[in-house]
Amino acid sequence: MLIVLLIILGVALALIGWFVGVYNSLVGLRNQVKEAWAQVDVQLKRRFDLIPNLMETVKGYMHHERETLEAVTQARSAIGGAGNIPDRIKAEGGLTAALGRLFAVSESYPDLKASQNFMALQEELTSTENKIGFARQFYNQTVMNLNNKVQMFPGNIVAGMFNFQNETFFEVTEEVEREAPKVKFD
Amino acid sequence: MWEQIAANRRKSFVLVMATAALLMALGYSLGEYFGGRGFGWYGLAAAAVVWLIMTLISWFQGDQVMLAVSGAHRIEKEDLPVLFNVVEEMTLAAGLPQMPAIYIIDDPAPNAFATGRRPETAAVAVTSGLLRSLTRDELQGVIAHEIGHIRNRDIQLMLFAGVLAGAIVILAEVGLRGMWFGGGRSRSRRSGGNESAGIIAVIAIVLAILAPILARLIYFAISRKREYLADASSAVFTRYPEGLASALEKISASAQRPTHATRATAPMYIVDPMLREGAMAAQGSATHPPVGQRIQILRSMGGTDFGAYQDSYTLATGKKGVLPPSALTGDGGVGPRTAATESAPAGEASRRNLARQVDDFFYRKGGYDRIPCDCGTVLKIPPDFQSSHATCPRCGKEHSLKS
Repeated sequence: MLIVLLIILGVALALIGWFVGVYNSLVGLRNQVKEAWAQVDVQLKRRFDLIPNLMETVKGYMHHERETLEAVTQARSAIGGAGNIPDRIKAEGGLTAALGRLFAVSESYPDLKASQNFMALQEELTSTENKIGFARQFYNQTVMNLNNKVQMFPGNIVAGMFNFQNETFFEVTEEVEREAPKVKFD
Repeated sequence: MWEQIAANRRKSFVLVMATAALLMALGYSLGEYFGGRGFGWYGLAAAAVVWLIMTLISWFQGDQVMLAVSGAHRIEKEDLPVLFNVVEEMTLAAGLPQMPAIYIIDDPAPNAFATGRRPETAAVAVTSGLLRSLTRDELQGVIAHEIGHIRNRDIQLMLFAGVLAGAIVILAEVGLRGMWFGGGRSRSRRSGGNESAGIIAVIAIVLAILAPILARLIYFAISRKREYLADASSAVFTRYPEGLASALEKISASAQRPTHATRATAPMYIVDPMLREGAMAAQGSATHPPVGQRIQILRSMGGTDFGAYQDSYTLATGKKGVLPPSALTGDGGVGPRTAATESAPAGEASRRNLARQVDDFFYRKGGYDRIPCDCGTVLKIPPDFQSSHATCPRCGKEHSLKS
């Protein structure tokens, strides 16, 4: 009788231990995702702040490119309106494209290209684009780690009980911009 | 990656303990030899103190020691914006908690290393020769390899190994010199009558000779696997393995060897600085795999994840399992990336830009004055320039100098 009780107690303790472990690792993974997104956010914000400077520099040289310049300004203000992360990702993609066009057009303005101010800004913006890319890469890895844990058995049991959600990947190309499958456990 | 991290921790501990045993044996026998019977324990105590100091130095100041013996200068963003940006990019790709400090070594031989006890306080050092010869993408590959060492905690083990091995070599040298020139007091005191004194003398000499060899053996604790893992990490972080591959090619093809590299610091570098050209590509060393093979593995990768590196390694060597299993699970499915400077002219332009920033940095450091001329040339005036006028070498314009 005592032995049976002890076995039951042992099994219960092991289960609780396992449960706590899975729960803590889920919390850890979710915090990692948050931290990784914060890193992406820092770089996105830096790009956002660099643009007025760029516009100021470029304006004096590019007289015939009003549309290109307006597209950049519009793309920038669209970011302010984006509420959640998927919307924000879309808006940031628009800004990346608009900036790409601006730099492509700048090729035909030798005076602008020779300007010290523009050269320094271009290096900063190009490197910031790189940093966004690399921070995004790391963010996506942490999202995948979390999503795997949330979806796979047996982690999904604990994830369902405490409402751990899948996070959204930060993709830039159009064809992969599809909804991540939402898994519900209730 | 956690197996690698755990293995590095374990090896660091074993290394420190093994050094303690070796040093105390050396201290005891030297004490008996010089001081006579019973003095061995004083020698042992002295060795224990030396060991404690060495370990504390490696723990708290080791990275500073390594950087100092390599002749490294700390740089900030204004000094070399491109290098700074590349390190920041790779820090983000690796998800390191903090950006490592950046150091430059004024040395024409291209090479690089990372050091530090923890990722939070790590440092990356590159030679000026490296910056002058690589394109931005190649530099990115090298920096990513170093950041890989930081993330996999290889730096801590290499740090202990470097400081301890260096100290043992110096101590053994001092002991040996003492014997040759000073002789043992025990010999003169007991004129050859005591047999045990003779035996101990032999042991002392043997130990003093063996110590440097044993110190070298420490490096066998550091396996070649960590280099493969750092190469694989570089490919994953940059998503462009060709960058590191062509950088390794340039580094190994260079005829120059770093002037500051020693046997103790050699294993830290990305390419073993002590090997001659032929040996480097073909055989490698105890701590570094052959460069030719590393390049081949990087070039035949089918993707840019750890799994692709593992497959390519198996293909190149016929062996399996070079990467820790935890690296292979939870691998991001991120595809390859086109390089920033893919085309040859763009690569050359980025190399020239890097080289110019390095030159500017050393001119500024040397106290040179910069005078921009109307023709676009920048005159660099040395601090000890005597004349009050300088002529532009391109357009011949006279510039008057402020005293």
